[in-house]
Amino acid sequence: MARLTIDRAQKRFGSFIALDDVSLDVEHGEFLAVLGPSGCGKTTLLRQIAGFDKLDGGSIRIGDRLVSSAETHIPPEHRKLGIVFQSYALWPHMTVAENVAYGLTVAGVRDPERARRVAAALDLVGLNGFAERRPGMLSGGQRQRVALARCLVTEPSLVLLDEPLANLDVHLRASMEDEFARFHERTGTTMVYITHDQAEAMALADRIAVMDRGRLLQLATPSMLYREPANAIVAGFIGEGMVLPAAVLSAPQAGRCRVSVLGVEAVVRCRPDQAVTDRAKLCLRARDIGIVAGGHGGLSAAVERLSYQGGHFRLEARPAANDDVVLHLDAAEPAPAQAGEAIHIAIHDGWVIPEHGRPDEAA
Amino acid sequence: MSLADTATMRTRIEETGLLWGLVGLVAVLSLLPIGRLVVEGFAPGGQLSTTALGKVLTSPATWTATANSLVTAIAGTVLAVLIGGTVALIATLTDIRARNAFTFCFVLPLMIAPQVTALAWLQLFGPSSTVLKLIGLAPPLGSRNPLYSREGIILLLGIQYAPLVFLTLRAGLRALPKELIEAGLAAGAGPLTVLRTVVLPLMTPPLVAGIALCFVSCLGNFGIPAFLGIPGNFLVLPTLIYQRLAGLGPGVLSEVAILSLLIGAIAMAGILLQDFMMRRRDFRITTTSSAARPFELGRWRALIETLLWTFAVLVLALPFLGLLTTSLIPAFGVPLNAATATFANYAYVLLEHAASKRAFVNSFLMSAGAALAIVLICVPLGYFLVWRKSRTLRLLNLAAELPYAMPGVVLAIAAILLFLRPVYGISIYNTVWIIVFAYLARFLVLGLRPVVSGYLQIDRTLEEAAQIAGAGLPRRLATIIFPLVAPAAVAGALLIFLTAFNELTVSALLWSSGAETLGVVVFSFEQGGDSTYASALATITVLVTVALMASTNLFAQRLPQGVLPWRD
Repeated sequence: MARLTIDRAQKRFGSFIALDDVSLDVEHGEFLAVLGPSGCGKTTLLRQIAGFDKLDGGSIRIGDRLVSSAETHIPPEHRKLGIVFQSYALWPHMTVAENVAYGLTVAGVRDPERARRVAAALDLVGLNGFAERRPGMLSGGQRQRVALARCLVTEPSLVLLDEPLANLDVHLRASMEDEFARFHERTGTTMVYITHDQAEAMALADRIAVMDRGRLLQLATPSMLYREPANAIVAGFIGEGMVLPAAVLSAPQAGRCRVSVLGVEAVVRCRPDQAVTDRAKLCLRARDIGIVAGGHGGLSAAVERLSYQGGHFRLEARPAANDDVVLHLDAAEPAPAQAGEAIHIAIHDGWVIPEHGRPDEAA
Repeated sequence: MSLADTATMRTRIEETGLLWGLVGLVAVLSLLPIGRLVVEGFAPGGQLSTTALGKVLTSPATWTATANSLVTAIAGTVLAVLIGGTVALIATLTDIRARNAFTFCFVLPLMIAPQVTALAWLQLFGPSSTVLKLIGLAPPLGSRNPLYSREGIILLLGIQYAPLVFLTLRAGLRALPKELIEAGLAAGAGPLTVLRTVVLPLMTPPLVAGIALCFVSCLGNFGIPAFLGIPGNFLVLPTLIYQRLAGLGPGVLSEVAILSLLIGAIAMAGILLQDFMMRRRDFRITTTSSAARPFELGRWRALIETLLWTFAVLVLALPFLGLLTTSLIPAFGVPLNAATATFANYAYVLLEHAASKRAFVNSFLMSAGAALAIVLICVPLGYFLVWRKSRTLRLLNLAAELPYAMPGVVLAIAAILLFLRPVYGISIYNTVWIIVFAYLARFLVLGLRPVVSGYLQIDRTLEEAAQIAGAGLPRRLATIIFPLVAPAAVAGALLIFLTAFNELTVSALLWSSGAETLGVVVFSFEQGGDSTYASALATITVLVTVALMASTNLFAQRLPQGVLPWRD
């Protein structure tokens, strides 16, 4: 019964609205990532779930238990959840074992039961030789593991992770990512993972909640988020989508419709209820478009810049039909064109952004 | 009610109880005494009356003392700013060597009791000076010690409080981003031009703060004008209050209450003036970065170092030498040589003289007790102030500053007024407890400041992690928070201990037989003409102070910067 239910959560700091009617459900055992740029409200959301701040409106339930609303506030120490902090927050004056044992001591668990569970938790994160060390003597990755062990030793039904990989170097990040994934599999704990890194979120999460300026923009599986963004902000944020004005020319058939964009026509994916309109927005990704071989047809554009990405080139091109737009596309070696040259671009695929995309759509 | 709700309720009661307990405590320690004093000033004995007010305000002695207070405080401040400011600029901005040792020596006078400083300087000059006799330079017998004068008081106030200016200015210089200095140098200005056009203008806030602090300290100083002024009947407000109260007893309480309100008002005016000056211009520094690279003095370095150390020797070593030599002679006036040197004075004050022996125990226990109690108050207090941002406490934080910002006599008179009659059947007047109360009120802020800066440097998620683990506030305070702020708290406790151990201003008015402090005993020895005993006792307190200060090197690495004034 560890579903987390957030219903129309509101939080203001003075006149600044940090959380604006955020609603989301986390299923039992689910790994949910909350993704957004800094200042989007994701940390505020975490602090509300943990109970460090009081809610101005709406409600938060953990399982069946109401923990936060404008009237009710269960303090963090009685919420029975776990947090892995970005800074790890290991107590420097205690050994690794004492850090891990703290939650058990507070809960009244005594030795030998406590010692057994601490040893088991350290074993689980591969740190059994480190029990008597001080946190100051550990590497970043090891500290991360201690934080994880400390958080899991009390077997909380809900674990919050606040950008746990942000302080690690790229190298260590990949291996910790694997570790989190394995961990989630093994324990089946419900996890809410706060991050600004979409690759991390995509790799780990069952579903991703995208936030911006205090609002929940979309809650969907990673693939749905990438393939069918609900609105222009998500489309632009996830996978560097290009959002272009377009006209829908035909009613959808088998999930596709005919659109006119930048003076050419293309067949792209859309919602089954997509209406015919001349004020639609089209989301294109670099892999959706390509240079027409032979140099005829498609839309003509001038190459502005090209940068080598290792194995392929990323081209930035300005279409002749609309000077305000920059398209980016990938091309294999050798470089198909130089800066300043004209190319012709074909649109293979795309997604018509639903006009009034509801945030909790799909999934 | 479910189990969870009961637990939530208990948490709330614990936290609210602790918060309001602290609010009550701080109010009793800071607002109550000052409030009681104000009431006494306008309604002596509980009835509105202006008789006492009129009597005090028409007495010429009041205005002579006020004028003397203002003149010595202002001139002492000017001197302190000249000395402290120059030294701070040189010691912080240039590449002199042995900076740590110099800082320690330069700040030392601040930690030594003013009455001990006064005593030491008195022993250095004058016809009976043991040091001058050693080198055959003593003035003829019967001539007056030049320090028994207004100028003497000003000189010693300036030397005593120059470290205050030094410390505030140094803190400001350290916060000055090096880019600002480097930008000036890059624009082609020489070091002196940069100093004049960039550094000094930006240092206005710490300088003004240092001046205000220094002025209030000079104004409230009791030890120096008591030792140097009373013999020549040159009275300032604190010594006037002392004489009135000592001569006429508690009958004149209303009058001395008004006098102490007067000195309090002058102190407040100084603080408000500082506030006003700070508002007129924008001194905010926008960037923060590492401290500036020191200016290289080049071939001037040896000369400037020599000058600095000569000064340190002059204001520190020589007076102490005066004290030490006097403490080693059998009777005042006897020259010191191998035949006359004796430890008898030490044996007397340590082993024989009853009040002096009691004073050691009293001063030690009261200082240690006050330090311990204040730390126990300040750790939860700092928690609510810094991490919980409690608004009620923020206001009270200002109130907590009051008893320390006010001259010590003000608080002492307030404590007498509060406890002259038994409170709830308990009388602490004429016992050590009234001094303990005054110490708690006066030095609370000394403990609070380091603890607050300690909290500001600790990542709060450490506490939040314990909260998530299920620990309630009392447990978090004991197992997580206290160990984390312990170094800062210990530093605060040490500051309190040293200040209280050397203190005279408060206990001079509150002591009673059986409740003497070291300051009081040194004072009475000197007043009774027993300079040798006074010197021996003072030498011991100086040694204890220096030893304790030096002992902080043991844990200095774990302290936030700037918590201990004598650490560079």
